[in-house]
Amino acid sequence: MACHDYKDLMMGYLDEELSDEQKRRFEEHLAGCPECAGELKEFRRLKAITDEVTLMEPEDRLWQDYWSGVYNRIERGVGWAVFSVAAILLTIYGGFRAIEEIVRDPHVELIFKMGLLALLAGLAILFVSVLRERIYFWKKDRYKDVRR
Amino acid sequence: MSSVCQEEAIAMRRCRRGSPEAFEVLVNRYMKDAYCIALGLVGDREDAMDLSQEAFVRAYRNIKHVKPGRKFFPWFYQILKNLCVSHLRKRRHRQAASLDAEGCPEAAATEDCFSPEAVADRNEMKDRVWQAIGKLDDKHREVIILRHFQNMSYDEISEALFCNKGTVTSRLYYARKRLEELLGTANGGCINGVS
Repeated sequence: MACHDYKDLMMGYLDEELSDEQKRRFEEHLAGCPECAGELKEFRRLKAITDEVTLMEPEDRLWQDYWSGVYNRIERGVGWAVFSVAAILLTIYGGFRAIEEIVRDPHVELIFKMGLLALLAGLAILFVSVLRERIYFWKKDRYKDVRR
Repeated sequence: MSSVCQEEAIAMRRCRRGSPEAFEVLVNRYMKDAYCIALGLVGDREDAMDLSQEAFVRAYRNIKHVKPGRKFFPWFYQILKNLCVSHLRKRRHRQAASLDAEGCPEAAATEDCFSPEAVADRNEMKDRVWQAIGKLDDKHREVIILRHFQNMSYDEISEALFCNKGTVTSRLYYARKRLEELLGTANGGCINGVS
């Protein structure tokens, strides 16, 4: 085995993750390879430096409030979902009633009514087309079930 | 199965049925890990707190999709990591855009700025190490954080990263090599007296 093949064992040795057999094998290689011994020494130095760095923990108060922060977001998410559904329903209903009034109003010119209906028909076609495209690509997505 | 795993499996089952109380058990168990990992990945305390909480919210919304018998943390880690990576991408984009706007496009490919306030008992050496960690690639930084700051074993890291142990050791090797380069400790160089 070349020195390069021992890099995995070197990391395991450094982090005390090797089995007794792997450890013995690596130590045997180390005894006859000053290059790897030098590299290991440098890694040990780096590990000593890195191990000295610890991250600042937030105050206890923040940990006590942590769950309520998560819970509030969950609750607000539900609130927004309900609000959005209600807003969409009301908009559709209001829009439908407004269009109905315009169509039935004898004072509104026919050309305007036709334009409005054509606009709505166009919007409906676009919506269905985008929806159908989304469904098609979602069904073909090979990764949709990955990592659940 | 250990009692901790059993308790977690029960909590996950109850979460799937929509129990926030059960989810609180999981949040309390993993909130510190989540915060520290997010801090290690994005380098800013406020962002880390916000992203770790957001990851829990997304986990709660999607927990019904987790297959029974799967551990919570490796799955949750993927959500947290994706959020952090996406946050970093936006931050880099903003930094690049602002530097572009200032008329120095050569500096636009900027590295992440890791705030030194994230480090406990600060000194010059620790600040330099922290800054160097901030300059690592995302995948290299990730293994350094999990190994050095979370003290995770190779098995735990490979489970969290969905890769084999060989990939973990290989990434650790190249991450440490890069750290040595950044800190100038390779080939006998020293940093603040550590030699």
